[in-house]
Amino acid sequence: MSVLSTRDKLAILSDAAKYDASCASSGAAKRNSLKSGGIGSTEGMGICHSYAPDGRCISLLKILLTNFCIYDCSYCINRSSSNVKRARFSIDEVVRLTLEFYKRNYIEGLFLSSGVIRSPDETMGEMVEIARRLRVDEKFGGYIHLKTIPECSPELLEQAGLYADRLSINVELPTDEGVKRLAPEKRPETIRVSMAKLRAKIEEKADPTLKTKKRQRFAPGGQSTQMIIGADATNDADILGTSARLYGSYQLRRVYYSAFSPIPDASSALPLLKPPLMREHRLYQADWLMRFYGFDRHEIVANRQDGMLDLEIDPKLSWALANRGAFPVDVNRAPREMLLRVPGFGSKAVKKMLDVRRYRRLRLEDVGRLCQSIAKVRPFIVADGWSPGGATDAEHLRARLVGRPTQLSLF
Amino acid sequence: MIPTSTTLQTAPLASQTDFAAWRDAARRLATNDIPPADIVWTVGDNSDLFAADTPLPAVATGVTLNVPREFIDRAEAVICHSDPARFALLYRILFRLRTEPNLLKIASDPDVMKLYEMEKSVRRDIHKMRAFVRFVEVGEGEDIRYAAWFEPDHFIVERNAPFFVRRFTGMAWTILTPKGTAEWDGETLTIGPPASKTDAPAADATEDLWRTYFTNIFNPARLKVKAMQAEMPKKYWKNLPEATLIPDLIKGADRAAREMIERMPTVPAPHHAKVQEKYWSAKETPADAEAPTRSLDEAQRQAEGCRRCPLWRDATQTVFGEGPQDARIVFVGEQPGDQEDIAGKPFVGPAGKVFDGVLDEAGVDRRITYVTNAVKHFKFEPRGKRRIHSKPNAGEVQACRWWVEQELGFIKPDLAVALGATAAQSLLGKAIPVTKMRGEVVTREDGLRVFITIHPSFILRIRERDEAEAERERFVADMVAVRKLMAG
Repeated sequence: MSVLSTRDKLAILSDAAKYDASCASSGAAKRNSLKSGGIGSTEGMGICHSYAPDGRCISLLKILLTNFCIYDCSYCINRSSSNVKRARFSIDEVVRLTLEFYKRNYIEGLFLSSGVIRSPDETMGEMVEIARRLRVDEKFGGYIHLKTIPECSPELLEQAGLYADRLSINVELPTDEGVKRLAPEKRPETIRVSMAKLRAKIEEKADPTLKTKKRQRFAPGGQSTQMIIGADATNDADILGTSARLYGSYQLRRVYYSAFSPIPDASSALPLLKPPLMREHRLYQADWLMRFYGFDRHEIVANRQDGMLDLEIDPKLSWALANRGAFPVDVNRAPREMLLRVPGFGSKAVKKMLDVRRYRRLRLEDVGRLCQSIAKVRPFIVADGWSPGGATDAEHLRARLVGRPTQLSLF
Repeated sequence: MIPTSTTLQTAPLASQTDFAAWRDAARRLATNDIPPADIVWTVGDNSDLFAADTPLPAVATGVTLNVPREFIDRAEAVICHSDPARFALLYRILFRLRTEPNLLKIASDPDVMKLYEMEKSVRRDIHKMRAFVRFVEVGEGEDIRYAAWFEPDHFIVERNAPFFVRRFTGMAWTILTPKGTAEWDGETLTIGPPASKTDAPAADATEDLWRTYFTNIFNPARLKVKAMQAEMPKKYWKNLPEATLIPDLIKGADRAAREMIERMPTVPAPHHAKVQEKYWSAKETPADAEAPTRSLDEAQRQAEGCRRCPLWRDATQTVFGEGPQDARIVFVGEQPGDQEDIAGKPFVGPAGKVFDGVLDEAGVDRRITYVTNAVKHFKFEPRGKRRIHSKPNAGEVQACRWWVEQELGFIKPDLAVALGATAAQSLLGKAIPVTKMRGEVVTREDGLRVFITIHPSFILRIRERDEAEAERERFVADMVAVRKLMAG
């Protein structure tokens, strides 16, 4: 085999990493280099340093340590049966690339994942060593996200949490049946237990110690996970059920949904399709409704007979159209929980309205200044000098709000 | 008070972001009641031809001018905006704040809206500068330093420079912009005059690696050009080394994606068979949950894959009993809770802590006790970041008796203790009124004695402290009775 240059490896191992949707660099504890004299800082909010033409933010150097893998997951470009070109970074190469990119302000830090070679501990051990060298030897203060290998030893997990801002374990697919079918060597039981251990560790370390009263550092950015959407037949209702379970059980910061996307060398077990991008988008909106808008997962899909979210309109509008009895909402009197349910009101707009309401009454034009699109909101609210009359219950309301047919997918 | 003048008053500022001078002038003018329309704000020496060159009045004595801290914070940001009207806007809001102290809360007021809009624009510009500054390495060896050329919309260099100091403390760097420069030598930050594009540094070798990364991290099957441009507007592209790649990536995306979809799956890679042989040929078959078991350990292993009821689906793991295999007493609770589900062990949560304390107090010998649950998976309803306990139904209890009975069968205890209704239902095969029968011993057909009491979580649910304490005492008494049953 010819010797690959760092550039060749970077091409292979970033191509291999791009199917992981997560690129967040937020949620880390505040940190800077003023004292250490090194480089790197995290100030809570992550920064997207570039955007690829797929619209995704490029915040971290997202690479695999190696794309050699002993697992054979049908949806994965790196499965052992794939004919994709293989490469393996040295520890030194990853450390150098991270630092050189960081110094040029290309990135916020490193998101390191890996195919599993030989044993989970051997692979995880190298990933932890990279994190350690960056943090300790190089005084690197930027963001580090390590994809944790579920079967690794507790000692390695402990060290990973010491150096990394965020740890994540992928649940791979929304159901255990899906994992068993498409990722036959992976064990959903082990993945769950690993996420549980991670939660237990994070909680244990967050408790101030008796002696020093100080909290120990352990993955301050918490844990997250990802599942692939559209590779199996799970409907959106069940996907949201899985998300609700994951958020509740393992205190996840985020669940990422990744539309199953074509890969260069497909498996005969899983034919390729266009990635369901709009579906992915709707799932994120529904996820937000559950986490920030007080919606229960059941009510989001209650009006959808097939358990699938409406692709044409967002889930909040869909809910409102199916629950018109709850509208119109009086913007001068309704409680926060109800304002949050008005299609077209974001949480910031609601906060502003509540502020203004303390000092003066809101007219329709005031509301128009505080939200994105008054046309969308109008049929659902009452304001000073405005009542929608019969508009809320009009038969053609949906058609009027949707407007001309829009292109669903830019594929 | 100075006499009201119809001539315009000039308020001179030394620089575009001279907040101290603006604040000083605004205080003098507002305390003297000079209306916003009578003031001309000037920067540098471009004094307005139409404004009379009268010096600013002194701060009026006996007039207090109080503004919310929030206004100062916002004004310090807004003064960096490039709109020449910002000085007047800030003064107008200050002027109004004297009689409308809550003005800033009225987000729908046109002046306030404009203020927020400007502030947001400055904030965004600051954020984009942090994102899109691209350093280039210049010099060699000891003299290595980093330089960048950036074109901000607003006068943000000075406000933003400390961020770069905090982040790139260990480097020497310069950021050049048409609105000023910032330079850090490792110790001192210096803000300098505007630079010109001809001072911009040339590319370095690492840019090529970055471009390689940009090309390969892009997924052509997910083309979303609008989403990209919303966050990375074209105006920034000219200073981003990766941006020249974008047109070709877009052009080739459709073909690349189609090719991936249309290409026939290939035969597995040559090494695949070897990998399968080496790592997965000895694949352990999951224990058959129906097969007869020969030991408690074997039963526990089988229970890990239990699918006798649907509760495994949402729980993390099967929580089997714990304790010596020759225990004399088996305590049976209801089901694992949140903590037990995470730890994989019974009675480690809040109710388990109460239970531990009571057993100690009653003097029950822990070396002869085994603890388990009637149902081995946690049943719950997720609510945000919490899990709300749901009571297992009769079918679930019945399904799980398979395991409880195996535990009892291998341990052969002298006494089983039913903690609560669910445990009693499991142990006796039927629902019984626990509060009524509390403290009684029921002997099963197989001869096993079952002591009936409450579940310790019952004590935790009592709000009233005295009542909870009384209930706990009763529970201690029950455990003393259990101890005596063992002695007898």
